[in-house]
Amino acid sequence: MHTHAQQTSVPPLVRDRVDNFHGQQLLYVGWDHHTMICAPIALLVSPELRFGEVIDDLLPASAFALHPEWPQIDWARVEWLLADRPFTPERSATLAAQGLGHKAYLRLRTPALRGIAGSGA
Amino acid sequence: MNTQDTRRPTGKKLSLKEKYALMTRGLGWDTSYEPMDKAFDQLGLEGIKIHDWDKWEDPFRLTMDAYWKYQAEKERKLYAVLDAFQQNNGHLNISDARYVNTLKLFFTGITPAEYNAHRLFAMLGRQFPGPGAAIACQMQAVDELRHVQTQIHSISQYNKYFNGLHDHTVMNDRLWYLSVPKSFFEDAISSGPFEQIIAISFALEYLLTNLVFMPFMSGAAYNGDMATVTFGFSSQSDEARHMTLGLECIKFVLEQDPGNAAIIQRYLDKWFWRGYKVLGLVSMMLDYMLPKKVMSWKEAWEIYFVQNGGSLFNDLSRYGLRMPKYWEQSVAEAEHLSHQTWNAFYNFSGAAAFHVWLPSDEDMAWLAEKYPNTFDQHYRPRIEHYRKLQAEGKRYYNPSLPMLCQTCQTPLIFTEMDDPTRTSHRQLEHDGDTYHFCSDGCRDIFAGQPDKYVSAWLPAHQILQGNCVEPGAEAAGDPGADALRYFHVVAGQDNLDYEGSPDEANWLRWKGLDKTPPAAAA
Ligand SMILES: [Fe+2]
Ligand SMILES: [Fe+2]
Repeated sequence: MHTHAQQTSVPPLVRDRVDNFHGQQLLYVGWDHHTMICAPIALLVSPELRFGEVIDDLLPASAFALHPEWPQIDWARVEWLLADRPFTPERSATLAAQGLGHKAYLRLRTPALRGIAGSGA
Repeated sequence: MNTQDTRRPTGKKLSLKEKYALMTRGLGWDTSYEPMDKAFDQLGLEGIKIHDWDKWEDPFRLTMDAYWKYQAEKERKLYAVLDAFQQNNGHLNISDARYVNTLKLFFTGITPAEYNAHRLFAMLGRQFPGPGAAIACQMQAVDELRHVQTQIHSISQYNKYFNGLHDHTVMNDRLWYLSVPKSFFEDAISSGPFEQIIAISFALEYLLTNLVFMPFMSGAAYNGDMATVTFGFSSQSDEARHMTLGLECIKFVLEQDPGNAAIIQRYLDKWFWRGYKVLGLVSMMLDYMLPKKVMSWKEAWEIYFVQNGGSLFNDLSRYGLRMPKYWEQSVAEAEHLSHQTWNAFYNFSGAAAFHVWLPSDEDMAWLAEKYPNTFDQHYRPRIEHYRKLQAEGKRYYNPSLPMLCQTCQTPLIFTEMDDPTRTSHRQLEHDGDTYHFCSDGCRDIFAGQPDKYVSAWLPAHQILQGNCVEPGAEAAGDPGADALRYFHVVAGQDNLDYEGSPDEANWLRWKGLDKTPPAAAA
């Protein structure tokens, strides 16, 4: 378990501390039941970004927009989750102001849309 | 230790046993300038107790002089076959040029792992005070170095004709998906000596080796690749020795002290899960990349893990060991693993050093037969959608970066056990930061040694931190193009689909199957 190197008092190297992202932070976004996009995506964002800009600018430039059901999303009915907890975003508030910190994982659910040919893909 | 008199009896030819004793045990000594526990200073740190190193048995009783003789003979045979391969243009005898993509995966993912295994055993040979264990480790260190060399020499035959094989060491250091096998070995090599030997000799070489060896070597045989079959055979007898070392080692440690079992079980739980996650790449290779299929991933896992592994753990239960944690999950996931892994490479084939292609109708019929519970329901619709897009000239490429598992470094491409359409995700907070995982297994491993895994070099995050730019090169400003150059992947040559690749064009020309009509005669 512990080698000599681990027993010294050198603090561990936290490679993905927020300071290493030059004023930006990570935000992950996943779309449940749409596995054509093979994994949730990792976005580099400013903590001062407004939530509306994620929807209007960042996601349309991401893999999500290449899914055939993307144009059918009814944004007023999207269910949001922060990891596993329901989350109600405020479009005009910044990420920081609504607690979406470094490495937050957002999920969107679109119950009316069931993926390619209803397969969840 | 080493108190018995091993001086050579005069006037008598040595028996094998005497010779072995002289050439192994007889070479050990106790230090006198420094106390033994200072000379072997890593040994006490893991809590494993060894009372008598002389109880270590080497079932092969192989001495160094015999070892050199056997290995030299194997080398002569191998290089004779490689010469013939070269003279007869052996690369034209493979089933299809698509096959070479499995070699690209092997050469960039596994050959560098062999080199790391060489380093690991060279260091381990120094860490164990028992001459039996030290010599077994030294021989394996030399074996692994030989494996690296034979693989480089064999696969260089293909490097003359196919793309993507030109820079396996840099690719292994930098290319995103190769961080999965690379981090596996770096995790092992930075562990204590007993954890290292359990991780590599037992979990990898004994429990999981057939899942690497069989797919690649049988895959080569089925697909006419004599070069790979030959280096496979050449290392097979070494592998048999390595497997025996793994079993000998675990039994020795368990018999030395009853307190050792709990520590060994913890290592097994961890290294089974680490190894299983690396094997995702092999599952894709078996089900989606071999033009002539050998067996499905699900069948391979059933035979080599469930049956063989099951009877092994039956034997080990008398020491208080049980099957590794979450093994049942690996069996349930065998229905999904290859399909989900392949989809990740279809998404990101722009950033891979091998080609991807869609399964043919025949391939899909085979997949449906092998995976009757999942393929038609979950995976066929996605592939048919991709087909439709490709026919319209709108091939889907994922332009985003994926979220990665902090432990195994795989993108979060796997799904929940109870819902194959929802991403499997776990997270925990540590020291004010959030960490994400692909599974309970990976989360548990992190929780056991958080200070180790917080320093993981996750490719997607490194790209976003601006660290993936070729040293000395001007940044292109486009992170995708910069990353590709940093990976040493040549755009338009090594990556993207097989259809339309230079590999395909060359193959069709060599085989006289060129699709383009010849220029009209004058
Ligand atoms: Fe090897
Ligand atoms: Fe993982």
